[in-house]
Amino acid sequence: MTTQSTKTRSQGEFTYTPEDGRLLEVEDLYVEFHTADGVATAINGVSFELNQGESLAILGESGSGKSVTAQAIMGILDMPPAVIPQGHIRYCGQDLLTMDPEQRRKTRGPEVSMIFQDALSALNPVFPVGWQIAEMFRTHRGMNKSDALEQAVRLMERVQIPGARDRVKAYPHQFSGGMRQRIMIAVAIALDPAVLIADEPTTALDVTVQAQIMALLEELQEERQMGLILITHDLGVVADVADRIAVMYAGRLVEKAEVTDLYANPAHPYTRGLLESIPRLDQKGQTLAAIGGLPPNLMRIPPGCPFNPRCRMAQDVCRTDLPPLREVAPGRLSACHFAEEVIDA
Amino acid sequence: MTEATVAETTAPSDPHDTSDEGEVRSLASDAWRAMRHNPLFWVSAAMILVFVLMAAFPSLFTRTDPNFAVLAESRSKPGEGTWFGRDLQGYDIYARCIYGARASILVGLFTTTGTVLVGGTIGIIAGYMGGWVDSLLSRIGDVFFAIPLLLGAIIFLVSLPEFFNNNYLLVVLKVVVALVVLGWPSLARLMRSSVIQVKPNDYVQAARALGASPLRVIGSHILPNALAPMIVVATINLGAYIAAEATLSFLGIGLQAPAISWGIDISSAIVGLRTTPHMLFFPSLFLSLAVLAFIMLGDAVRDALDPKNR
Amino acid sequence: MPEVVLSAQNLVKHYPIKKGVLRRTVGHVKAVDGVTFDLHKGETLGIVGESGCGKSTLGRLLMRLEEPTSGSVAFEGQDFSGASARDTRRLRRNIQIVFQDPYTSLNPRMTVGDIVGEPFEIHSDVVPKGGRRQRVQELLDLVGLNPEHINRYPHQFSGGQRQRIGIARGIALNPKVLICDEPVSALDVSVQAQVINLMEKLQDELGLAYVFIAHDLSVVRHISDRVGVMYLGRLAEIGEEDEIYSRPTHPYTQALLSAVPVPDPTLRGKREQIVLEGDVPSPANPPSGCRFHTRCWKAQDVCTTDEPDLQPRPDGAGEHQSACHFAEPRAIVETKDVSNLQHDARFATTKVEELSEAGDTPVPDDRSTPARAEAMDPTAEQPQDTTRVVEDPTDRPR
Repeated sequence: MTTQSTKTRSQGEFTYTPEDGRLLEVEDLYVEFHTADGVATAINGVSFELNQGESLAILGESGSGKSVTAQAIMGILDMPPAVIPQGHIRYCGQDLLTMDPEQRRKTRGPEVSMIFQDALSALNPVFPVGWQIAEMFRTHRGMNKSDALEQAVRLMERVQIPGARDRVKAYPHQFSGGMRQRIMIAVAIALDPAVLIADEPTTALDVTVQAQIMALLEELQEERQMGLILITHDLGVVADVADRIAVMYAGRLVEKAEVTDLYANPAHPYTRGLLESIPRLDQKGQTLAAIGGLPPNLMRIPPGCPFNPRCRMAQDVCRTDLPPLREVAPGRLSACHFAEEVIDA
Repeated sequence: MTEATVAETTAPSDPHDTSDEGEVRSLASDAWRAMRHNPLFWVSAAMILVFVLMAAFPSLFTRTDPNFAVLAESRSKPGEGTWFGRDLQGYDIYARCIYGARASILVGLFTTTGTVLVGGTIGIIAGYMGGWVDSLLSRIGDVFFAIPLLLGAIIFLVSLPEFFNNNYLLVVLKVVVALVVLGWPSLARLMRSSVIQVKPNDYVQAARALGASPLRVIGSHILPNALAPMIVVATINLGAYIAAEATLSFLGIGLQAPAISWGIDISSAIVGLRTTPHMLFFPSLFLSLAVLAFIMLGDAVRDALDPKNR
Repeated sequence: MPEVVLSAQNLVKHYPIKKGVLRRTVGHVKAVDGVTFDLHKGETLGIVGESGCGKSTLGRLLMRLEEPTSGSVAFEGQDFSGASARDTRRLRRNIQIVFQDPYTSLNPRMTVGDIVGEPFEIHSDVVPKGGRRQRVQELLDLVGLNPEHINRYPHQFSGGQRQRIGIARGIALNPKVLICDEPVSALDVSVQAQVINLMEKLQDELGLAYVFIAHDLSVVRHISDRVGVMYLGRLAEIGEEDEIYSRPTHPYTQALLSAVPVPDPTLRGKREQIVLEGDVPSPANPPSGCRFHTRCWKAQDVCTTDEPDLQPRPDGAGEHQSACHFAEPRAIVETKDVSNLQHDARFATTKVEELSEAGDTPVPDDRSTPARAEAMDPTAEQPQDTTRVVEDPTDRPR
């Protein structure tokens, strides 16, 4: 990844400059949910980094901790019940977790921004969409009403909403699902953030609309050199968009690799099993193979490798020793005792 | 919110539970699991138990006859020979407070049962059938709903024949009927809306697809999952009906002396508002505690059954 | 070709739109607007389309959960519509349904035994009273659940297991047709394959015919023998799986196929994508002529006036039914035949029996260490509870 332009961004008295193009660094992050029934460990020591202009996909099933990771970075976890007992989330070298709340709040929007799965519930139903986009300019940039609205129209045009000028006063429910997702993207990129987190941005959409939205996201990322974190469960979407992939399972990163490497030669039995188990549009006559069992209950994650009860390669060591995430080939990390065997398979 | 959501948000089963029997998923067991840790529930349940005992066996609490007047000691203060003092007629206020519970509890229970049966049935029919049946029943409900409770009850009670004043139970019954006639529409509305929420659930559709009769669909699929909101409101209403009984008796159109009711005692104590406030205070205290107990129980039940509040 | 078990003739379902105090009907939502097809014994007919195309309504019409506005559904040649109550009950035994959402399709207040046994309560002549419990346990075993769990409640199972319970209820009466309304789309990726494999196994063993309604074109391709593509209440194209996926002739099918992401990063940028203009029009006011003409790049004047018939049209190798005036085949996806591909059994397996042992049910295992035993504790496997907590902390009870 080359970074030609290193942007310097300032928010009041604070300045954020990515060092060597490194925008975001998550280090050894833990998130727990303290509930009446016990403690659920949603994230269990996750580390990754994001560079300028890079798109990183976090792939996982429900309960893998991918969405919680996104919410922890955004700082929108409900605490309690969530607790972050340890870890660092550094944005341009500054730890978001130790930052004072007011200062951190100011990073939301202009520095780190997020798109949600369900655009209808993420947008406020009682305000016109243009007003909601303009609100970003008014509160963060102090623009007056007409300038802010003008900016909102321009943004709506940028995200390809037909007839933007006429529809700026329309309400969210007057738009189709795809258009609403575009409006949410407009809100998210309004303040030109350096990092954009997209949490299952197309899961609720139809396949033809899904393709349009992903294309738009890719285009905007290219244009603004944003760092994009794409949270998804869809191996197809990832293959189309991401540069690098981090696969999560039961709150841990089990594999991290460049996208082509990961699809050609997965280095973790879970990734491998997932790839074998999905039906593909471009194949006929295949028999599906499946991973047995279910992801573990996060309140009772099995000792050793969390995947071991479902893993058909599991040996005794897998049931006792937690495999560390280690480099198994240049640029490839896997958390499996037998990663070399998996890669060669 | 439907009961399906309740199921999802409830706690996973005990990890040490190795038996193959699942936890029972009846409404009562759901509620019990959540309520047993709620102090509000225990406090209100204890109070209600005391009031129910008072209503059933007043002699457990006092040996004094509430209709035994000592005119010489009329208006005596608490502590002057009796715990709560004596009223205008020389009756023992403590004994009258104890005996007054019966009317309140009876009216509360009967009225609640009546509104639940009438309102619930009409609500289920309206919600399940839909169409013109629903429109008709809802409009009828609206008509009754539009009549102010007290005004309606006054007119109703005054226009009843003298026959109803013959004995205690009949008098209670006439108050109950008045309150049921005016109170069922709110429960019918509630039931109708929760039936409408449960009806499109896939498990109801699945039962229909299997060819289940409407009675079966309602009885084993809709009702168990639509009952919760009505139970909550009915419990809270019970307190409100006790208050309504007292109000009607206070106005002299509910229970009438020689029947004993907190409302009647409050009414007769008004004359001594400044000079002998204890005559007013004790029946009012009992009334307030009884109403409070049921409203608190209703809150506890709502906390237990409504996933949004947990 | 095997005999026809289910046949839909020109099925139409319009929902009135009512407005005003007097609830006057001001229009109709044309959810299903003239759908005709045959389903043969033991085959799988996939129905694909985007949301609002009417595919779920079609399923409900076939299941007789809704009365069609016009048209008919016939089972083994016998028309549903005029059927007496007794005949309808008989038909219900032969056609059953599996729903999408495993969380709302099972009554939370009933045990698994009651849920799967309910068909026998309703059709009390199928299995005598004494044998019902055993029959329910056989059914649970058949769908890969532990028969011992008959007294558990749905909330004690995961999404995938709940879907198996729904399937067990669906096949309890030994139907000939199972209508599957998005049966795997609510499930996690790694669980989807388990359920798909189970459905294929059941089809082989019981000779079921499936109407498989889904929006996921990859899943539909995998499971279906024939596929119908729906757009705005009508079939745009219907044919053998290979005809639809390798030689689609309808522009809508082509656009749909081009939009599906393929899990292969080496194809990035190499696949041609057809971007459709605009949104799907409202089914209350569908466009004149061909319904797709407002978004079609091939549209001519004739498309705005004349509705194209669904009829056999040449597709390069033969012909199949398509409703486009200008139908012509276009290869959208390079199809690879992988029927001889052997899966590496170390990572995933095609054997349904092995899968159920791998975690859905606890298996006594001599080698099991205490750690393993705990991991396999049946009660420890209820991801639906924890995942709800974790994935959606905003929904946490306070």
